[in-house]
Amino acid sequence: MSKQVLSHVKVLDLTHHLSGPFCSKFLAAFGAEVIKVERPGEGDVSRRIGPFPNDEPHPEKSALFLFLNTGKKSITLDIHSPTGVEIVKKLVKEVDVLVENFQPGVLSQLGLDYETLDKINPRLIMASITNFGQSGPYRDYKANSMVEYALSGHMYITGFPHKEPLTCLEYQPEYQGGLHAFDGILGSLYWREESGQGQYIDVSIQECLAGQHEYTLANYAYRGVIQERLGNRVDIDHPITLYPCKDGWVSMSGRMSLNQEPVFLMVDRLDLMEDPRFQTARSRVEHAEELDAELMPWFLEHTKEEVFQLAQELRVLGGMVLRIEELLQNPHYKAREFWQEIEHPEVGKVIYPGGPFRMEATPWQTTRAPFLGEHNQEIYCGWLGYSKEDLVRLRGAWVI
Amino acid sequence: MKKMLLKGVRIADLTRVWSGPLSTRILGDLGAEVIKVEDLRSRGLYWQTGAEEQDSMGLGLFPEGKPGEQPWNRSGMFNDYNRNKYGVTLDLNTKPGKELFKRLVAVSDVVIENYTPRVMKNFGLEYPALREVNPSLIMISLPAFGRSGPYRDYLGWGPEIEAVAGITTLMGYSKDEPCRMGYAYTDPATSLHAVGAILLALLHRRLTGEGQYIELAQSEMATSLIGHQIVGFSLTGREPQPQGNRHPYAAPHGPYRCKGDNQWIVITVTSDEEWKAFCSVMGNPSWTRQDLFSDQLSRWKNRDELDGLVEQWTSQHDHYSVMQMLQKTGVAAAAVLDNKEVLSDPHLKERGFFWDVAHPQTGTFPYPGPPMRLSKTAPTLRKPAPCLGEHNQEILVGLLGLPQEELTQLEEQGVIGTKPPSLE
Repeated sequence: MSKQVLSHVKVLDLTHHLSGPFCSKFLAAFGAEVIKVERPGEGDVSRRIGPFPNDEPHPEKSALFLFLNTGKKSITLDIHSPTGVEIVKKLVKEVDVLVENFQPGVLSQLGLDYETLDKINPRLIMASITNFGQSGPYRDYKANSMVEYALSGHMYITGFPHKEPLTCLEYQPEYQGGLHAFDGILGSLYWREESGQGQYIDVSIQECLAGQHEYTLANYAYRGVIQERLGNRVDIDHPITLYPCKDGWVSMSGRMSLNQEPVFLMVDRLDLMEDPRFQTARSRVEHAEELDAELMPWFLEHTKEEVFQLAQELRVLGGMVLRIEELLQNPHYKAREFWQEIEHPEVGKVIYPGGPFRMEATPWQTTRAPFLGEHNQEIYCGWLGYSKEDLVRLRGAWVI
Repeated sequence: MKKMLLKGVRIADLTRVWSGPLSTRILGDLGAEVIKVEDLRSRGLYWQTGAEEQDSMGLGLFPEGKPGEQPWNRSGMFNDYNRNKYGVTLDLNTKPGKELFKRLVAVSDVVIENYTPRVMKNFGLEYPALREVNPSLIMISLPAFGRSGPYRDYLGWGPEIEAVAGITTLMGYSKDEPCRMGYAYTDPATSLHAVGAILLALLHRRLTGEGQYIELAQSEMATSLIGHQIVGFSLTGREPQPQGNRHPYAAPHGPYRCKGDNQWIVITVTSDEEWKAFCSVMGNPSWTRQDLFSDQLSRWKNRDELDGLVEQWTSQHDHYSVMQMLQKTGVAAAAVLDNKEVLSDPHLKERGFFWDVAHPQTGTFPYPGPPMRLSKTAPTLRKPAPCLGEHNQEILVGLLGLPQEELTQLEEQGVIGTKPPSLE
């Protein structure tokens, strides 16, 4: 593989499950050598989470693990044992970046806090991704995606007004935490070239999310409006919504407060231009139900592909709701050669999404996820100078 | 003087609305000098409908719902995404506008834009043309569907991108009741990726001297965020369904009604140990000892009945207090906060998450601060969002050396200014 932008960067990856692995996946895809430290025996908890081929759980066949850990090297190490702690310290000397997502306090109890590690390696950049950050009253609270959506204000505004709040897309809070850490690490690497110093990065997933629906926050701060759940509608104009059609659903953002003529033209109902109920954004919102009743029959007679193409032809904001199977066959994604196939010895050819952005000089490149402890010998013997006999001893003692 | 991570990095910013402006706000918070280049009409989106209706409609979000005399400088949404930036106006359809923009590019490190692909082409300001004036330039475009392929010229806002990218199909109470996320997720997600891409390119340039062009198709970025579902489908051939508020194995799980109007708590019980703790917080009512709920699998299978009983308990309590009681015993629970509660959340407050920013035309309001806490290069607040054309003099004359009389001429020609033309 050619030289990449992060080829000079070594990462000690003490993360598990979602947020941290998402971050180190990105570092690996841009060339960093990522050493993923897994618990002896079980490995990363995501190896237990499916889906699995034929619903047969297997630690090397988890879709979640295989997605999140591409391009990394796996070693096993019990960092909760004194020997494990010493080995971590040895590894810290060799690396540029340490990323972790334990509960706050776990690493400092082991004597692996930033202050200590900074003394071992002053150029170290250390990032901690946690649910609520390293300080404050919720510091030790437990969380998952739903809890994060609730405490950052997203869940309250998602769902139908007459129903309970709806949790948003799974794993995204954790992925956002990972992305923020990725950005912080890159910025710190850039700054280190000039200053020669590392630094510590504290990422709170709650904060990552709380800053991501700012229309809503400004709505209260500026004019005291509590944003309520509006289902698939919004309060700035209509039709901005999901409509059922012949073979599924389409997402319409209409003309975003502009002249609605192209929308009414699309559904062959130019007469609605004259309807007093639909003259302004405000009155369209107030009469949203009635407007839907006028428009719906047309949608139900057309396929989502027809609606999408016609809308775009008329410069109306419209999108078709693709299922995953359809997405994988979509001609646009195919024409752009987005999908990547990665061969894995246990599961065969697997389809992956390509990189999330395309850099001309320093592209995203990736290889399969590692087997548990696959790189023990390479790292322990190659980096730290242990003999193969040492590895047998450490294995016997359940350290690796 | 605090150390700034991106001190000395200058960004020429052509972006509008959300995904682009949030990207450059993050970079500005980290110390980059962001020069926002606006067409005189470009703020219309924020205020036109609101001003026309003279009420609280539109994306403007004016203080107390009042657009005021200069609504284009008073939008809450605009002010939120544009702090720490300079603001200049340039009409890129005109020759002098293009010339000045190229002079700005010559002294900048990064150009960022989020138009549909044909716009920069029509301006004649695509990467090859800009690289002629700045050979080590980094440029990033954030088109909805990319610069190639059949959908390249298609329009897309967050909801359309999510639909095509496979996100919407995963959202909803059930397969038959799809429901979009309450906010356009792809916008802020784009920003985080764009910042990463720019930082990678800056690092590469620092190491090699080489600039580059970056394309971020928001649809592809969005699909990569559900990569676990793509891999899952590839392994199983099974179409994933919206999960709603249910969990594949945990129960109780989901939102439960609390005391008060539209007050909710979310609770997740994932193990026998947590169930025991949960029961003790409820005071171990006798129903918890039924066989129906004796183990994890039974609780999951009887979750409808379980949910009703749990809600009988939660509905007697305030959402914050249920959260505290349960979290104290190690059960994951959270109050479902509305926007007002987020702004006054004690945890976010104690961590100083919100920044109070004073703006000359709106006064002082709280805005989300940067979620990356960097120990040695903490992000800084240096200025509020610019008024339209606020820094024309400083940037065009001061930085680019435009003679003062030419600035006056450009103002007269409407190439630059401080007011949208329709109001003049």
